[in-house]
Amino acid sequence: MRRVVVTGLGLLSPLACGVEETWSRLLEGRSGAGRIRHFDASHLPAQIACEIPLGDGSDGTFNADDWVSAKDRRKIDRFITYALCAAEQAVADAGWRPEDPEAQARTGVLIGSGIGGIELIAETAITLKERGPRRVSPFFIPGALINLCSGQVSIRYGFKGPNHAVVTACSTGAHAVGDAARLIALGDADVMLAGGAESPVCEISVAGFCACKALSTGFNDEPERASRPYDKSRDGFVMGEGAGVLVLEEYEHAMARGAKIYAEVLGYGLSGDAYHITSPSPDGDGGFRSMQAALRNAGLEASALDYVNAHGTSTPLGDEIELSAVTRLLGNQVGKVTMSSTKSATGHLLGAAGAIEAIFSILAIRDQVAPPTLNLDDPSVQTEIDLAPHTKVEREIKVALSNSFGFGGTNASVIFGAV
Amino acid sequence: MSDIAERIKKIVVEHLDVEADKITENASFIDDLGADSLDTVELVMAFEEEFGIEIPDDAAESIQTFGDAVKFISEKSEA
Repeated sequence: MRRVVVTGLGLLSPLACGVEETWSRLLEGRSGAGRIRHFDASHLPAQIACEIPLGDGSDGTFNADDWVSAKDRRKIDRFITYALCAAEQAVADAGWRPEDPEAQARTGVLIGSGIGGIELIAETAITLKERGPRRVSPFFIPGALINLCSGQVSIRYGFKGPNHAVVTACSTGAHAVGDAARLIALGDADVMLAGGAESPVCEISVAGFCACKALSTGFNDEPERASRPYDKSRDGFVMGEGAGVLVLEEYEHAMARGAKIYAEVLGYGLSGDAYHITSPSPDGDGGFRSMQAALRNAGLEASALDYVNAHGTSTPLGDEIELSAVTRLLGNQVGKVTMSSTKSATGHLLGAAGAIEAIFSILAIRDQVAPPTLNLDDPSVQTEIDLAPHTKVEREIKVALSNSFGFGGTNASVIFGAV
Repeated sequence: MSDIAERIKKIVVEHLDVEADKITENASFIDDLGADSLDTVELVMAFEEEFGIEIPDDAAESIQTFGDAVKFISEKSEA
């Protein structure tokens, strides 16, 4: 199998537009949460979210005009704009804009989303009902389809290799990175843009997640305290939005062109719970087997792990189940690992979560620092694992594992290592 | 230029993001103004909306240039 390394990163998050801008805020312990601005949420049980900071593009704000023209944005749902923004950053960071047709044919795109253009679908349903089928835009379908992130990115850069998309709810981003790495390892491509994008902060989607009792509703007046993984008073996740894209590249290919190498994709594991549509299996066996498979794929023992970027969504059930699975995996090495949930700062970006958390895991290796778990005042269970409450932990990090678990009982774990 | 032509030009400028002076009588939406097939569907929808008319699919296919649009809509509006 060919080795796969990470040579470019792109990030649009609730903390900032930009990789370094987001990372520095994350390490400072800042939260991206606030009252929902995109629509009036005052009639909903959950009225807060981690939304992208809009602005003129300076100081880490997101100015959509900088990334996609107003004319083109009218034809796509916001999640595709987010994907294009993150992809542009990643391509620039990697310095990979091949003009040569053979190189273009060996470069693919695999960017997924959990729910895609749900806002555009909802708006178009209203148009259909109120004004009839002749008023439905010809851009509706290609503007809402999940794989149009990959489609639009490939068209923008002429990447003619594998064009694919993952849809596995909140595991999407991790599956995209893992699957893309495997395509390179197996020889289907030399370079892949991989990641996830999500724009779920709209009325129909917040209402839907409220209906399945997934969101925090007890901190509407203190949004920054709402996402509190492992804390006793956690009451659900805080929805986030954004996109993360990584440039993955075959090792020799990256070396030959003198690319900057952030980390190596060492292992990837997948599993299914076969238990319930929204609840994780209480014994945590799905997550355990996913992590175990990733370690096996990497040829590593659990003792090799230094940092775990947890799925840790701040839901009452899920956090402790994941913690028990990690504890079981580590055995007597449990005191050696630092594990944090960056969702405490970014909220839960659903299909983009695994992608942005892969980026955080890679930067943790680069900078030898584990980002903090915010709001962890009073852990609901005792553990020997260092959960990095409140403040970052500077420590040796050679190997990092990122977990993502999704509705439907779908689990993915990706392991990155220093090169 | 007639009022109808001005209103059509405004729609084309907005939807195709082109300079107004490029929109000449014989300018083809696809060949000269950068539209693709989906853009032309959306343009026709915008004309229908602006002028409160219905443009059947076979007629829509015959509207290839700015001049075609002005001619069709002028006739339709007078009828």
